This record gives sequence, structure tokens and C-alpha cells, in this order.
Amino acid sequence: MAKKAAYMGMLTALAFVFSYIESLLPINLGIPGVKLGLANLVVIVALYTMGVRAAFTLSLVRIVLAGFTFGSPASMIYSLVGGMLSLAVMAVARKAQVFSATGVSVLGGVSHNVGQIFVAILVMENTSLAYYLPVLVLSGTAAGVLVGILAAVLVKRLKKGIGGY
Amino acid sequence: MKKNDFILIAGLLLAALAAFGGISWYLAADTQKAEAVVEVDGQEKGRYPLDQDTSVEIQLEDGSYNLLEIKDGRADITEASCPDKICVDHRPVSRRGESLVCLPNKVVVEIENGQEAEVDGMTH
Repeated sequence: MAKKAAYMGMLTALAFVFSYIESLLPINLGIPGVKLGLANLVVIVALYTMGVRAAFTLSLVRIVLAGFTFGSPASMIYSLVGGMLSLAVMAVARKAQVFSATGVSVLGGVSHNVGQIFVAILVMENTSLAYYLPVLVLSGTAAGVLVGILAAVLVKRLKKGIGGY
Repeated sequence: MKKNDFILIAGLLLAALAAFGGISWYLAADTQKAEAVVEVDGQEKGRYPLDQDTSVEIQLEDGSYNLLEIKDGRADITEASCPDKICVDHRPVSRRGESLVCLPNKVVVEIENGQEAEVDGMTH
């Protein structure tokens, strides 16, 4: 239990720091919403090493912390919907065992972006925002591949090193 | 990475490209239908696509008139009964949002849809 709590705290801190680093290094491609999603790396590691519930808690705590410290209430809502949708899709994809961590991560990245666009359409009542979808699917796929490859390496090593946790 | 991962990635890329192509095609089709909209005293009197050469005589109840000619994708007022002929001297218009105005006759010809103008306005 103590080991689990410590591991969980460490992952949460890591995810939080990754969010912070990413907010310091905005990748500006002229399109809002394009980013690497480093924090998702930690969420995937949690999903594979500790299970769905732990990953869900981690993701939620990370989004709330990041939202209050260097985000805004608006950015928190976007992250929350994107993050939860992404986690749900990843949990199902992992259960289905059709894809490796990379495929799961790609699905997570894409569904994160789709969730955010969906909120943006609702909030701004502007359906032409859907024109951004192809671009965000592309960027979500690219980011998902990178994060997924990293996550696969991490999961392999962490499982050896920590023995479950 | 498994084989399924590659299939997923390829599928997503194809879907994104297809959607991107579809959207650009849709937007391009939307901009092709440039029309000259004729309004008299704020009321719409007719719409004429810019890709069909035509000439329309805008007749008013009091006998005054403006002659609107559409040629080579541009709309121009070539004759008018008004005294100042500002609308006749105006260069032909073709870009979205551009307009020809004849204040004495309360006639406005405005371009809707079509390509956007490269500049907001010009004077000389």
C-alpha cells in the first residue's frame, strides 16, 4: 500500500511537471491545440502498470492541479473533457488487446483532440471549428506515436524494476 | 509496435487527408458561386451569378434606371439615369463584399460569396 501510494505520488508529480514544461514550451504551428502531450506519457505508464482506476485518478488530479496553477477555468474544461475521453478510449483499447502501447497512445492523442474540438464547438457555438479536425487528428496521431514509443520502453523497464509497482 | 498499430496510424492519416481534401473541396465549391445581388431601397431585387455574362436593366418605379452588365466574371454599371454617374465611373467589381452604389436611385449591387478581396478598400 505504502509502495503504491509513493509510486502514485511520484507519477502525479511527474505528470504535473510535464504539463508545466509543456506550458513553457508552446509548439506554435499557427493552430491552437497542437501539442506533444507529454503528460499523457505518464498516464499511459500508469494505465499499463497500475490499471484504469489509478490512471483515471492520476489524470484527474493532474488536470485540476495544472488548471489551478498555470491554466484557466476554461482551459481546465477543455483538458478535462479531452483527458477523460482520451483515458476512456485508451482503457478500452488496452482491454481489447488489439494494439500495442503505441496504438493505444495514438488513439488517446486523437481522442483527446477530438474531445477538445467538441467542447470548443459547444462553447463557441461555431460548427465550422470542425474544419480543424483533420489537422488535429494528424497532430494527435504524430504526438501519439512519439509518446507511445516512449511509453512502451518505459513500461517494459518499470515493470522489471519496480515489480508491479 | 504491432501490425495493427501501423494499420491504425495509416487509417487515421488517410481519414485526416480525406477529410482535409473534402473540406478544401467544399470550401472551394462554396467560393465559386460568386453572385451580384441587386438591392433597391434595401430590398433584394435579384441575384446574378458572375460566371454568366448578362446585362440587367434595373428599372425603378419613377422611371430612373441603372444598367448592370456582368462580363468576364465582373459586375459593372455601364449606364445610369442618375445625375452624378458615380456608379458608372466605379471600376467593375468581382470580389466578395465589394459593391457598386447609386445613391440617387438607392441601388446597391453587392458581390456575395466568391473570393475575398485582397485589400479591404482603396481610394485615389
